[in-house]
Amino acid sequence: MATKGQTPSQTVGPYFAYGLTPEQYGYRLKSIAHPTVGGLEAGGGPRILVEGRVLDGNGDPIDDAMIEIWQADAQGRYPGTDKAANSAFTGFARCGTGTDKDKRFIFETVKPGAADEGQAPHINVIVFARGLLSHAYTRLYFADEAEANAADPVLARVPETRRGTLIAARHETDRGVVYRFDIHLQGAAETVFFDV
Amino acid sequence: MSDSLSPRDWASHPAYRDPGYKSTGLRGPTQPLVTLPAGIGELSGPRFGKDFVFGDDADLTRNGRVNGEPQGERIIVTGRVMDENGRAVPDTLVEVWQANAAGRYVHSRDQHDAPLDPNFLGAGRCATDADGVYRFLTVKPGAYPWPNHFNAWRPNHIHLSLFGPGFGTRLVTQMYFPGDPLLDLDPIFKATPEPVRTRLVADFDIEVTQEAYALGYRFDIVLRGSAATPMEG
Ligand SMILES: [Fe+2]
Repeated sequence: MATKGQTPSQTVGPYFAYGLTPEQYGYRLKSIAHPTVGGLEAGGGPRILVEGRVLDGNGDPIDDAMIEIWQADAQGRYPGTDKAANSAFTGFARCGTGTDKDKRFIFETVKPGAADEGQAPHINVIVFARGLLSHAYTRLYFADEAEANAADPVLARVPETRRGTLIAARHETDRGVVYRFDIHLQGAAETVFFDV
Repeated sequence: MSDSLSPRDWASHPAYRDPGYKSTGLRGPTQPLVTLPAGIGELSGPRFGKDFVFGDDADLTRNGRVNGEPQGERIIVTGRVMDENGRAVPDTLVEVWQANAAGRYVHSRDQHDAPLDPNFLGAGRCATDADGVYRFLTVKPGAYPWPNHFNAWRPNHIHLSLFGPGFGTRLVTQMYFPGDPLLDLDPIFKATPEPVRTRLVADFDIEVTQEAYALGYRFDIVLRGSAATPMEG
């Protein structure tokens, strides 16, 4: 039996940037993480960009959200686990939506491999924002992994009509391969959030 | 990485939408969450511990100094980070940010007509030791107005962000101060289920208080834990 109650979550508020993403926003504190995943070169796969906006119930992009991503490397190995014991790849990145003129988060990372048999490659995502009292978990899957996505046990839990909210579209651009992933907090296209 | 994860206890966390806290109206998700049993991606997580505490990061009365000491009442904040079974969460990072003593954030968006302090940044970090204990030094943050409703003021508070052993144990919260008359008027504090609100309020502690230097506050933090019952005797 648990004996201690969980400390309640509270919103990150509008002023997180100089504490959590200081270098991205130009504040004089060293950052612990950046919009580029740590140890990118050790990730072992083709470099990709992941970008998108966080939209409110009016469909307006939010410029005071913070997104965190956590993922396996190209071989499907999560940092810190036995399989990836010696890798410099951190699998983690953080980006606020307040520095891009289009209010996007833009991550530079590698496309992850499937971590477990039967699972589709994906990136774990947390959304923090003013007005979000508890952080929200979602997942980014890749549109060019249709076969793996069809067999993924987590996507199978999601009502079919809403699965598309978790699939990032692939674009070849002059900046390289970009996966676009808008996060809708509300509305007809509300992104699926998980009770992790 | 832990081997299992207890559920997020929704009786201990605010709902996504709260009529008192206006920003939740267009931002809080409305659809039911889809249950996701914790797998490797939730049990594992980034390793942020003492190696990420740089210089004077754990002393906010120092890390923003330009030409003197920051204004305000020096305080020490300490506590134990543990899981729901009371087991220490060792070597995990605690990131903090707050307003200065006058209730003003360094953040460029903060337009509150209160003075910035050239010697106070208001952000820092520390890590828990082997017993799960963290400690940082700062000045007591001031209350500040916000546009939620007429004459709305946030109570004195410090923002905290923790990782714990996995991506699933992530927590962002706020620590409040005992006896603050603004608590009962604050929609964010009050969005927290009533029976558990007191978990967000630090205790004044004369044992933590440092003679002739700084008042001490104790604030323990409980992260989600392993789902399994510990077999300790
Ligand atoms: Fe605040």
